[in-house]
Amino acid sequence: MNRFLLPLAAFVLLAIVLGVGIRNSDTKGVVASPLVGRPAPQFVLPNLLDPDTPFDSRTMAGRWYALNVWGTWCIECRVEHAALVAAKAAGQLPIIGLNWKDDPTSAVAWLAQLGDPYEATAVDAEGRVAIDYGVYGAPETFLIDPQGIIVHKHIGPLSAEIWERDFIARAVSR
Amino acid sequence: MEMLPELGHFALVLALLLAGLQAFFGIAGPAFGRQRWMSAVIPATAGSAVMVVTAFACLVASFVGFDFSVAYVAQNSNSALPLIYRIAAVWGAHEGSLLLWIVLLAGWTIAVAFGASRLPQHFSARVLGVLGIVSFGFLLFTLATSNPFLRLIPAAVDGSDLNPLLQDPALALHPPLLYTGYVGFAVAFAFAIAAMLEGKLDQTWARWTRPWTLAAWAFLTVGIALGSWWAYYELGWGGYWFWDPVENASFMPWLIGTALIHSLAVTDKRGLFKSWTLLLSIIAFSLSLLGTFLVRSGVLVSVHSFAADPARGIFILAFLVIMVGGALALYAWRAPLLKSDAGFELTSRESFLLFNNILLVIAAATVFGGTLAPLISDTLGLGTLSVGTQYFNPTFLLPMLPLIALASVGMHANWKRGRLAARGRPLIATGLIALAVALAAVFGYYGGRPGLALASFLLGAWLVLSSLVDPFDRLRRRLSMPRAIVGMTLAHMALGVFVISVTAVETYTTERDVAVAQGESVEVGGYTFRFDGIDDIHGPNYDGVHAIVQVSRDGKPLATLHPEKRRYFVQQSVMTEAGIESQPGRDLFVALGEDLGAGRWSLRIQVRPLINYVWLAALLMALGGSIAASDRRYRTARAPATEPVGAGQGSTA
Repeated sequence: MNRFLLPLAAFVLLAIVLGVGIRNSDTKGVVASPLVGRPAPQFVLPNLLDPDTPFDSRTMAGRWYALNVWGTWCIECRVEHAALVAAKAAGQLPIIGLNWKDDPTSAVAWLAQLGDPYEATAVDAEGRVAIDYGVYGAPETFLIDPQGIIVHKHIGPLSAEIWERDFIARAVSR
Repeated sequence: MEMLPELGHFALVLALLLAGLQAFFGIAGPAFGRQRWMSAVIPATAGSAVMVVTAFACLVASFVGFDFSVAYVAQNSNSALPLIYRIAAVWGAHEGSLLLWIVLLAGWTIAVAFGASRLPQHFSARVLGVLGIVSFGFLLFTLATSNPFLRLIPAAVDGSDLNPLLQDPALALHPPLLYTGYVGFAVAFAFAIAAMLEGKLDQTWARWTRPWTLAAWAFLTVGIALGSWWAYYELGWGGYWFWDPVENASFMPWLIGTALIHSLAVTDKRGLFKSWTLLLSIIAFSLSLLGTFLVRSGVLVSVHSFAADPARGIFILAFLVIMVGGALALYAWRAPLLKSDAGFELTSRESFLLFNNILLVIAAATVFGGTLAPLISDTLGLGTLSVGTQYFNPTFLLPMLPLIALASVGMHANWKRGRLAARGRPLIATGLIALAVALAAVFGYYGGRPGLALASFLLGAWLVLSSLVDPFDRLRRRLSMPRAIVGMTLAHMALGVFVISVTAVETYTTERDVAVAQGESVEVGGYTFRFDGIDDIHGPNYDGVHAIVQVSRDGKPLATLHPEKRRYFVQQSVMTEAGIESQPGRDLFVALGEDLGAGRWSLRIQVRPLINYVWLAALLMALGGSIAASDRRYRTARAPATEPVGAGQGSTA
């Protein structure tokens, strides 16, 4: 093959991948995750604010909850934080934080400073659990049903509107 | 006054039509040999630019005049927002930054049109035609999916304010500079496409292209440095680079742009690497296109937001396929025709620049892989992986360390012939001095932790000294000192300074997170930080507190720092502003944490050696680039009378 065709071939492959990515997105424009519809990976991690009692995800069985992946280094997490705090105040759906590849001191400071929307915050210092969940970047939020199945994955910052439409509506309607 | 948004919208539509004419006449005129079509390119270009500037001015006026009946203004401004940030808010979100991109493209296009009087008319028509296609695509995208002039009915009483993170002087300037760099690569791209349409690429072509590429690269360098500096003082946890997808999106075109600058030098001086230079021109702009879309669709969501709005996603993809796919198809067809008629020896300068290019492309590929591969594998359902600093730091250093070592040697190699031995003495001498400096720094000044730090100090110092050999030699022999040489020397020295400062920051930063009550002191890195309490502060659209921290060394007071925490009224978000005292050799950095009660506050204190030199080095690099871009050689370059297509035999680059 003509070596001058190689760049074009590489680009065509990339374009196909991106095209499939767009086609996979549903009408609400969320990249469909292969994890949706599958059991949420279980984990036991240190609890950020209560170092003596590790957080075990199995204790959430039987309840709807949201798992929110965040880090103090993440600018968009700052953007969505107010919406999370408001969601906590509304009290319809518990939120578990997954503090991803972060400095625990900064994380504690962050929650004290901006408010703590989480029922518990699990510390994923090395990002192993985030890998199980296929987290690409923070923030990402998963909706998990009482049977422990991932029902929905939201990528990017939450807003009150998205929370109501994609999380509360789903959790209440089923 | 009240019709300004409609006027702006109308101007955008006219700009689109005129850009279409510019593209059509520019491409079809030379193709069919129609003289009158070619003559119409400049008027169409000028008209489109005027309309674009008009539209932009209308949007600025809507922001300045608090017109909350415009949805985009209502979303990104507020009645308490100061003037400078009302202007910066124009590019505070997706729609307006697209418009900024188009305005900057119009600016570059007009500059090219002025410079084009020296070029053959069919060539300049093609260049402007390609720029017209780019402009047309962006205008269509804006009008179809991202119109900033849409009305909000009923009008908002007040706006929801500009994202407080963006209310900062550095970040107000960051997008225009960064985009000027991105968009500047469109010029090199247009020159490359025009050369392929002509089926001819000679050394004159490279001489025309070089200053544009250097200028774009210099802007991009300053833009990236400004963003990095902002992250340092605003985000409140120190550090200057996080391998965030957005940072990577601007860094990839920078790396390829750097390769392009060096490859163009070879094409200019020796008529080699022709097809490679074309390919780099295409890739640099393609990555700029990708980066533009990634950056402004929202910060970390960037990569994801490819699909955030399916209509936008499909349009972006279609545009990328047409532009990049079209350019690469043209490349596959035309590049084989471009023969180079010269060879070179292994230790000649051509070889070193070839290695430079290979290593830079590898570096860009590792960043590209780290940035996009997780998304790609997720999309394809191949399972997921997640990458961060642990991936980027080592994989990026791997090509970079040899690159810096080769630069010190390669600068002294001759074109064509490999007579490096003649330059052996200054190379060895500078190498030995650099080793002494590195040893003194590691074991004497900073006291320990050799290993990678020793190697990096050695390489950085060697690069600085080695860059100076040639200019000193020229001075001693009373030879002329062209700006291209001055610029190159400055940029290479700056790279050496950059390596040294990054090494110092990464190896010798001391950091403590402490809880202090009023009057308490802590020692960090030989400095005493005394916490003298908290004061209230009041800004136009925020209030908050700042701490008073007295810094002293050996009992002598040095500075008073005021790290702040601001709460912005409308979005109710809390922002930190670090307190920083810059000493000649280090930065003293204090960020204010939370109120621990009973008058105690947490502070993050860092002493970061040489961190300012990281950004200073970047500015020097950009300065070097712009000095080189202004070299007389480029301004006087005219087309040769005739040049046969694919002349000559011999090796191809």
